[in-house]
Amino acid sequence: MWKFIGISISPMRKNDCENILRNYLFSMLKFSAKFGFVVLLVSAIGWVTSFQTKNDFVSYTQSIPSTTLAFDMAPIPGGTFVMGSPKGDAAAAADEFPRHEVTVDPFWMGTHEVTWDLYEIFLDKNFETSISEGPLSPEVDGLSRPSIPYLDMTFGMGKENKPAIGMTQYGAIQYCRWLYLKTGIFYRIPTEAEWEYASRTGSGTAYFFGDNPADLDKYAWYSANSQGSTQEVGKKEPNPWGLYDILGNVQEWTIDHYLPDTYQQRQSKGTKNPIYTDEELYPKVIRGGSYASPVEDLRSSNRIVSTASWKRIDPQIPKSQWWFPEAPFLGMRVVRPLTPPSAVEIAAYFGTSPLEDY
Amino acid sequence: MEMNKNNQRRDFIKTSAILTGGALLSPFSLSGAYAAGNDVIKIAVVGCGGRGTGAVFQAFETGHNIQLVGMADAFQDRLDQAYDRILNKFGADKVVVPDGKKLAGFEGYKEVMKEADVVILAAPPGFRPDHFEEAVRQNKQIFMEKPVATDAVGIRRVLAAAEVAKAKKLNVVVGLQRHYQDNYVETIKRVHDGQIGDVIGGQVFWNDGGVWVRERQPDQTEMEYQMRNWYYFNWLCGDHIVEQHVHNLDVANWVKNGYPVKAEGTGGRTVRRGKDHGEIFDHHVVLFTYEDGTVIHSECRHFPGASNRVDESFQGTNGKVYMNAGNVGKISSYRGSVMYDHNGENNINPYQKEHNELFAAVSKGEYKFADAENGAKSTMTSILGRYATYSGKVVTWDDAINSDINLKPDKLAWDAMPKNVPNNDGFYAFAVPGQSKVV
Repeated sequence: MWKFIGISISPMRKNDCENILRNYLFSMLKFSAKFGFVVLLVSAIGWVTSFQTKNDFVSYTQSIPSTTLAFDMAPIPGGTFVMGSPKGDAAAAADEFPRHEVTVDPFWMGTHEVTWDLYEIFLDKNFETSISEGPLSPEVDGLSRPSIPYLDMTFGMGKENKPAIGMTQYGAIQYCRWLYLKTGIFYRIPTEAEWEYASRTGSGTAYFFGDNPADLDKYAWYSANSQGSTQEVGKKEPNPWGLYDILGNVQEWTIDHYLPDTYQQRQSKGTKNPIYTDEELYPKVIRGGSYASPVEDLRSSNRIVSTASWKRIDPQIPKSQWWFPEAPFLGMRVVRPLTPPSAVEIAAYFGTSPLEDY
Repeated sequence: MEMNKNNQRRDFIKTSAILTGGALLSPFSLSGAYAAGNDVIKIAVVGCGGRGTGAVFQAFETGHNIQLVGMADAFQDRLDQAYDRILNKFGADKVVVPDGKKLAGFEGYKEVMKEADVVILAAPPGFRPDHFEEAVRQNKQIFMEKPVATDAVGIRRVLAAAEVAKAKKLNVVVGLQRHYQDNYVETIKRVHDGQIGDVIGGQVFWNDGGVWVRERQPDQTEMEYQMRNWYYFNWLCGDHIVEQHVHNLDVANWVKNGYPVKAEGTGGRTVRRGKDHGEIFDHHVVLFTYEDGTVIHSECRHFPGASNRVDESFQGTNGKVYMNAGNVGKISSYRGSVMYDHNGENNINPYQKEHNELFAAVSKGEYKFADAENGAKSTMTSILGRYATYSGKVVTWDDAINSDINLKPDKLAWDAMPKNVPNNDGFYAFAVPGQSKVV
């Protein structure tokens, strides 16, 4: 019954957000009934508040002009949730405390992790030209593209419908720039707060479906069921907001630079759209766990960090600004803010070159 | 000043030879440095692109007392970028490269290696025979990248210089880093110990989406353009069957403990046919036959959008083996029982290990590494494969290695012409199987 949110490509009309909320609550009720966590429902009502509505804020399919490729976006209603882990949570690390209230503006989120099918045409201009109808626009033609990796960045795990992996945060951002130049629509990677909010669907439990890791198999690819490999996106059940593989399969990039005490600096109530950036390359926050992760790493509140060691075997100096040859578990998902930033902000977001890595 | 340094070096070598002696110890090694209370190992780099710069970093990161004293690259901008990065990282104490030892152009390599104990050769492979010969002539300890040549003429020069290096007991490490990667070393050791019986077949792959392209700029001469976009020209690169797939073919030779006697295959330009794609093919499929009749299937292609596969598999009379560069090494029976499954966690970076071992040997005055001969013969294996796909004929090892077709331009200068130049439409001639004479 959740599916219509995520994969329906028919436009949703007014009251959809209310539908989403109702649907969400039904799902929670279902879980509550199944697991006897009645408290969940009560908590969820308290946490998920102030959904914003807008008539054209519906799921849609974004096609890549001049190609047969497309991807789906689901609306994530703005709202307030509780970020981090509850006091005393034994599975949580210190950086997940204290739990605090955060409000995020509405955005759309990719229903699926970005696949190689999409990432590879960004990667290789000649390939993009060869599969496109008509010539590339001058902007797309002139875009600076990733170095083509010197080793097999699929690591033998396959491409078709498989998540693109091993890209740096800069690579993830530049993919969004390519999307922007192709479609005219501003896409970016999520903030840490947006990711956690969307992942939780507002819930306060370890996973959006509750606290019992035994149920992960229905929703996620992780160490126990992945056979050590990425899996085709969208083969498990989505979360109530229609996000497939939001837990597991591949870790997902966020914008934020990591601080162990990010949450302690947000003591005041009413933190809105928090984001922390830094020009240093490491550590950045990634989220969600991967095919290689144990169940604890798939918790919605779990904060994972990028490290320079993922470029250890890059034999070149400077090391690639595009690829992590030792992060086959790392991928990305795009978001689109309902209210796009200004042209100046967009230019700054896409036009900032990373520090050289060596 | 230079004379003084050279004299010191000669005295130093004499001291070293007297102090160390012994069959394992190289007369050109640095062991005397410790005796003389000076443990600095001086290095020079020839070819200052990303890989040359990376190799310099790895040399420093061995932890030995390294000093960079010479740098050469064809291009001033690449030289300057590399110098800035190395200086920025390691500081002026470690990077002592005066202008006269930081040389752009085709000939600077001879000068910049003079004061060095160890040289890093990382220019495009077409230059390796020149650079390796000179390094051996100057009695240097050597790290050289793969491949070591792009045609049989170059291979014969490298093999000859390799003999001289052996006679002089110069350590030579070749950047076929799978030889320094634990999963390969451990797995192949077990194959050689007979765990899968006799190896009777295998398949080696480098199938991926291709590499970088550097577009022609308006102010470039033909020579400069080819040098910048070197991957697409055989005199510089050797085609991707040589430049990349040599790694996998080298593993086949290693597993088989030998080199193929003949090759036959098919290749062409199917998806990569633009003006910026020079003369190389985008795919090669080759069968290599070894002396005992074993046939190894080899496949390399640059097809974006298609499946990737970069790995090596072999079948023996009692089992099979699978390896890839992601630290995987697995030996199993045909019934599925696993006889060896390499634990790849925290294995040392093979690119670093190459340097750790080379510099450890150099600092102790030991002669331990003679990789050049295998480097040349594995490179020759990949050139043999190219000869087979370009000609469309069965090509024997003996005919291939004796080929007198020399791809190198007659003259190396920015205004000189390479042998393959574009037609009026800007496209280059490329091999046509059944028609082209390539051997």
